[in-house]
Amino acid sequence: MKNVLLPGLLISSLALTAVYAAEEPNADAYREMTYGDRDANPALLVVDRGEELFKEKRGPKAVSMEECDFGLGKGVVKGVYAELPRYFQDTDRVQDLESRMITCMTTVQGFDEAELKKKTYANEKANEDNTDLEAIAVYIASQSDGMKINPPTAHPKEQEMIKVGEALFYHRTGPLDFSCASCHGADQKRIRLQNLGNFSKAGKDAQKAIGGWPTYRVSHAAVRTMQHRIWDCEGQMRLPDTEYGAPLSVALIAYLTAQAKDGTYVLPGMSR
Amino acid sequence: MASVKLKAKVLEGGLVEVKALMTHPMETGLRKDSATGELVPAHYITEVVVTANDKEVLKTNWGGSVSKNPYLAFNYKGAAGDKVKLTWKDNKDATDSAELTVE
Amino acid sequence: MKKTLLASVALTVLAGVAWAADDEKAIQALVDQYISTGYQQGEKQHLERLKQDETLITCSETRNIPSPEQAKAIIEREKATIKYPEGNKMLGNWEKGKEVFNTGFAMRVGVISPDKADKPRGGNCYACHAADPKEVAAGNIGNSLTGYGKMRGNSEETVKYTYDKIFNSQSMMACSNMPRFGHNGVLSPEQIADLVAFLVDPASPVNK
Repeated sequence: MKNVLLPGLLISSLALTAVYAAEEPNADAYREMTYGDRDANPALLVVDRGEELFKEKRGPKAVSMEECDFGLGKGVVKGVYAELPRYFQDTDRVQDLESRMITCMTTVQGFDEAELKKKTYANEKANEDNTDLEAIAVYIASQSDGMKINPPTAHPKEQEMIKVGEALFYHRTGPLDFSCASCHGADQKRIRLQNLGNFSKAGKDAQKAIGGWPTYRVSHAAVRTMQHRIWDCEGQMRLPDTEYGAPLSVALIAYLTAQAKDGTYVLPGMSR
Repeated sequence: MASVKLKAKVLEGGLVEVKALMTHPMETGLRKDSATGELVPAHYITEVVVTANDKEVLKTNWGGSVSKNPYLAFNYKGAAGDKVKLTWKDNKDATDSAELTVE
Repeated sequence: MKKTLLASVALTVLAGVAWAADDEKAIQALVDQYISTGYQQGEKQHLERLKQDETLITCSETRNIPSPEQAKAIIEREKATIKYPEGNKMLGNWEKGKEVFNTGFAMRVGVISPDKADKPRGGNCYACHAADPKEVAAGNIGNSLTGYGKMRGNSEETVKYTYDKIFNSQSMMACSNMPRFGHNGVLSPEQIADLVAFLVDPASPVNK
């Protein structure tokens, strides 16, 4: 982790000598240099793998995920991520992409839920490749590239989920007394050199973050999804491991996505 | 699944731009398995060769310092209709390739 | 299907983010319910961390803007929690404090690299505060502490103020963003005394 950060630090400290007085230190120049070319995004390899997994007849029932409804009708993949999280009548729940994938893979393909959740994320410390769940998620999400962030908010359950997510955003707990708002509640803040979006207000910070996720984390050499993002943040707050796709994470994702409304998805993303 | 994602397009001035992503763990040989404490054996691409109409236009030697899932982009003098082929080899004698016709 | 969808999109555009008739208590009940089901179970997860004390309940409910009465209650309650090192020695060793200030290791639980019991914890202070001007990779959530001792001196009063602030930030400012490092048992009283020295000692790089 520290090693990966070094090139960024080096470059930004070079930049600093020139503009120290005028600008807060950050690693933007490094990022632009590294992630400017969208064809350079190794997530594209994972998207291809996800597409194969999605279309393959899998699970005890040997059916493909094309039999699933992600909100715009059975088999529709294009644009579904742009309109998630949303309320689903069959489960009577608001679901994000990943909790909906679990519904699909258990009910339609017949996979065992506990088995699916055993290994949700690749461990970057072990140089692992992305899990099937991560690959499928980034494939589906990437089919909303270029589209507006447009989560539906007409259903009362959708409104409720956003409200609960907002309350959770300000909920302080754990040995460091943190809530999400401790780091993401004001403009122009940084942890060390890492810029922090202000997600307490709707608009460009949330649009940039949500719009670029799932993302290829260069420091992880792996694609990371929103479920992973929430899990990682909670871990940094020194809280227990979040349960994949549980309403807690879905509520936070629903709130953040509502804050990002009218932004544009640029997927797959690529970041530090 | 093919391990290589290859793209090529004609640029102005008689150039063809080639872009490639390769799926590869690129183990440096210096990383320790956290469970056992043992070094994980090196496993990385040692050579990438790109040909256009069977003529070599790029050959590069790589090592453990190149990142996982590496990206390669370069231009060569060429034209639409060229058959571009990229082949990598690694230190365990594994190999894979991809090819396309420049449009 | 398509028609209903269109209608709902249109509604959304008109209403913006329009809340349903809401009830704070109902939302709070869902918050509690989602927290109880939102984390993996098991001893190594330390689920007791999810329990809020009275102070954090107030800070969460008021989004860190407590009423004057609530603020007064918090400050009184938190003040009473402060514990001092042996012999009330609140000024430690700045060189040790420099380590504590810089180290980010502390309090991890769950599946990824939980804390080793014998590894000393740190305050990870650079995450939010600038201090030694040679450290450019400092965060800015908290104020800059560069020149802290130069500005405030190292009188007994300053030393106690600094110690109290680190031990329990909310003993001075209700719903402060800063963790209550001593109160929550992240840092020991001795480590906090070392941090105080790092901030106020004239020999510390913070004051060079």
